[in-house]
Formats: sequence, structure tokens, C-alpha cells
Amino acid sequence: MWQIFHKLGSPKWFFGIATRLMPWLLAGALALLAVGLVWGLAFAPKDYLQGNSYRIIFIHVPSAFLAQSVYIMMATAAVVTLVWRMKLADVFVKAVAPVGLVLTFLALFTGAVWGKPTWGTWWIWDARLTSMLILLFLYGGAIALDRAINDEKSAARAVAVLVLVGVVNIPIIKYSVEWWNTLHQPATFKLTEKPSMPAEMWVPLLLSVLGLYLLFGWLACLRMQTEILVREQRTRWVKEHVLARRAG
Amino acid sequence: MNAETRPLIKHQESAVSTVAAMRAVFSRDMKVAFRQRQDLLNPLLFFVMVVTLFPLGVSPEVSFLREAGAGILWVAALLSVLLSLDHLFRHDFDDGTLEQLVLQPQPLFLLVLAKTLAHWVLTGLPLVLLAPVLGVMVHLDGNSIAVLCLTLLIGTPVLSLIGSIGAALTLGLRSAGVLLSLLIIPLYIPVLIFGTGTVAAATEGAPVGAYVALMGAFLVLAITLAPFAAAAALKISLSNS
Repeated sequence: MWQIFHKLGSPKWFFGIATRLMPWLLAGALALLAVGLVWGLAFAPKDYLQGNSYRIIFIHVPSAFLAQSVYIMMATAAVVTLVWRMKLADVFVKAVAPVGLVLTFLALFTGAVWGKPTWGTWWIWDARLTSMLILLFLYGGAIALDRAINDEKSAARAVAVLVLVGVVNIPIIKYSVEWWNTLHQPATFKLTEKPSMPAEMWVPLLLSVLGLYLLFGWLACLRMQTEILVREQRTRWVKEHVLARRAG
Repeated sequence: MNAETRPLIKHQESAVSTVAAMRAVFSRDMKVAFRQRQDLLNPLLFFVMVVTLFPLGVSPEVSFLREAGAGILWVAALLSVLLSLDHLFRHDFDDGTLEQLVLQPQPLFLLVLAKTLAHWVLTGLPLVLLAPVLGVMVHLDGNSIAVLCLTLLIGTPVLSLIGSIGAALTLGLRSAGVLLSLLIIPLYIPVLIFGTGTVAAATEGAPVGAYVALMGAFLVLAITLAPFAAAAALKISLSNS
């Protein structure tokens, strides 16, 4: 148990694991996303109220779900950075912040595209939408702060503090549709309840969410590997790795 | 003689208590501020000027101003607090006082709380006192003005407290001002929404108790958590320089 904990502190060990893990993550992501998206976008039944326009849910919900989930992961890593000063934790925060930003943007954008036919407007200052916009700003702030501080260690710890402070926004997003009586529909999925949709709708949605999780995992590994190579460029194993790459 | 009866390092008997240290930090900040009066006046002038821009730039209609007035005042107050935040630690950082503060035996987050309190008394409180005048200028009725002042009274300390985190994080960076706004404005949005929501409810004659209670909750949350984050951020910024 403790051995794994110590190994997690070693970028070289993670680099090796990630290299072995990544093909599986990518294959799983592509398979799940292909099944989920094709099923959802082409074969799932029409919604009785919204017709075909609801199909964007298969992109909208996974990206919105991941956008919040990634922030929580970043906050967890931020705690690890501040408490245990583990190198990999701040590599993770730095690597995934732009991914989270893109996912949040995707959720807002698909939401706007969905809102136009159903609500008759691209944008409304509704609680769920506004709190997602704040999430976008929080990601942007974390990236900006990271870029502004030159020293790697202080940047990581400063960003960790900022990410932790921003975590108050997550419950606001989550419960915004329940606390305020707004235009946005209530959550599609709940862990504790049976979904209100027919299985032909929620199964592809679930597959898309899981597929996007795997895709995120792959992206996180890829970006973390890049970051590790940059940070450890003076070490011997990186030089050997690069030489082996060039030879092979 | 064994070690137990005679400690290696003897604590000074005249060690300053935490409360006394906080009071000293607070009064020192007040003194420094009152010796540079222009710095005190600038955020207030900025506040008045931003509010002036709306009737000139959007519409001087009484109906518009009455509806938007509370929001305009809140946004202007928020921006002027934001502007003054850069001063919170900057001078102390430049002349080394901040390092001495970090080295004090008293817990840093309490000293930071004292500094933030001084910042609020110097910038937030004057805004609250000035708000009724501007409230009359945007044609708010008496009850709305009273509620507006109450929300500002509860809300501006929250702005100072959250802002202290951003000010501590961006200490010593080159483009600190803009970055500070980028980091802090998202965290200000909930306070703004509830602050203006309270006044809107009051204008419609709805009860405001629940809104005020929520703002009070923000304040309690900010007082208990923000100084910790700001103190941690200060230590990071100082180890950086």
C-alpha cells in the first residue's frame, strides 16, 4: 500500500505506467464513444416533447459532467500538492486545467445550440448557465495564474490554493437547478434514482459519459507525460528515453 | 539540573498576545493609510465616477435608474474594492514588513484577518457611508436605500476577505492588477447576485430576511476560511521572491 504511495511520487514510474495504460484508455474511449454517440445520435428514439433536437444531450451532458468532475479531481490533487507536496499532483493540475476549460466551453456551447430550438434563445442568465460560466472563468484564472508565476513550485502551490478556493462553486452548479426555479431542466442522471428516460436513451448517454471519462484519462496521461518530459529534461532517464525514441 | 526544569529557550514573559498583535497590525495599517490620504480618497472618487457613467452612458430615465440603480452601485463598489486590493499587501511586501509579519509567533491568518479588517474599514466602510447619497441620485426610494446599505455593509467585508486571497496570490507578479481581477471576479459573482437580489426584493416589497441571512452566511464563511487561504498564499508568494 505505502509502496504504491511512494511510487506515485516518482514521475519516471508514472511515465512508464502511463505508456502502458494509454492504448487501453484510447481504445476503450473510442469504442464506448462510437457506440454511445452513434446509438444516441442516430438510433435512439425521438423525444416526445423536443423531437430530434434533444439528441445534443449525448454531447452536452457528458461534457458538462466531465467539466465539473475534472474540477473536483483538480481540487483533490491540489490538496495533495499542498499537504504532501507530491510532484505528480501538480503535474496533473497543470496538465488537465486546459482540458477542463475546453470541456466547460463545450458544455456551454452545446447548451447554447440546444437552447436555441427549445427555449428560443442562445443564452439566458439562468443559475445553471451562470455558474457554469463562472467555472469557465475559474479554469481560466487557474491557467493564467500558473503562466504568470515563473517558479515551478510556487506556481503549483499558488494554483492549488486558487483551485481549492474555487471549489465552492461546484455545489452551486450542482444544486442550482434545485435551489432556483429556472429554465434549465433538472439533472438527467441521479445515482440514487432510476432514470426517468427509457433505456434506449439513457444507456447510450451513460456509454458516452464513460467514454468521455476514458478519453479524458488518455488526454490527462498524454499531457502529464509531456509535462514530465519538460520538467525532468535534465535527468538521465529522459535523455535515454528520447534517444531510444529517436533510434526506434 | 535536568532539562525539564530549565527549558533551553525561555519564552519571554512580555510575549505579545495574539489579540494585542492583531490590534497592533490593525492600528499600524490605519496610521499608514491616514498618512497617504490620497490613497483613501481614490477608490471613493472611482466609485462615484463609475456610478455617474451609467446615467450618462445608458439612460438618465428615472424608471431605468430606479430599476438598475442597486446593481450599478453594487458593481461600482465591487470594482472600487478590486482596485484598492492591490495596496493590501504591496507596500508591506516591498519594504519587507510582510516578512516580519510572517515570522511573528502569532498565527499568520489572524494577522491577515486584522489587515483585511483594516482594509475594509479604509475602503469598504466609506463606500457604505457614501451609498445613500448615490442611492438618492439614482432615484431609489428610502426603503431600498436602507436595504442597499445593509447589503453593502454585509457584502463589502466579504469582498475584502475574498480579495485578500487574490492579492496574496498575485503578490510580486508583474501584471498583478489584471491577473488579480481575473482570479477574483468569478468568486465575487455570488455576492453580487445576492446583494442586488436583496435590494430587488425590497423594491418589490417582498420580505428580505432570507436574503440577508444568506449574505450573513457568506460573511461567516468568508471570515472563517478566507484568512487561512490568504495566509497560505502569502507564504507561497514570499518563498517565491
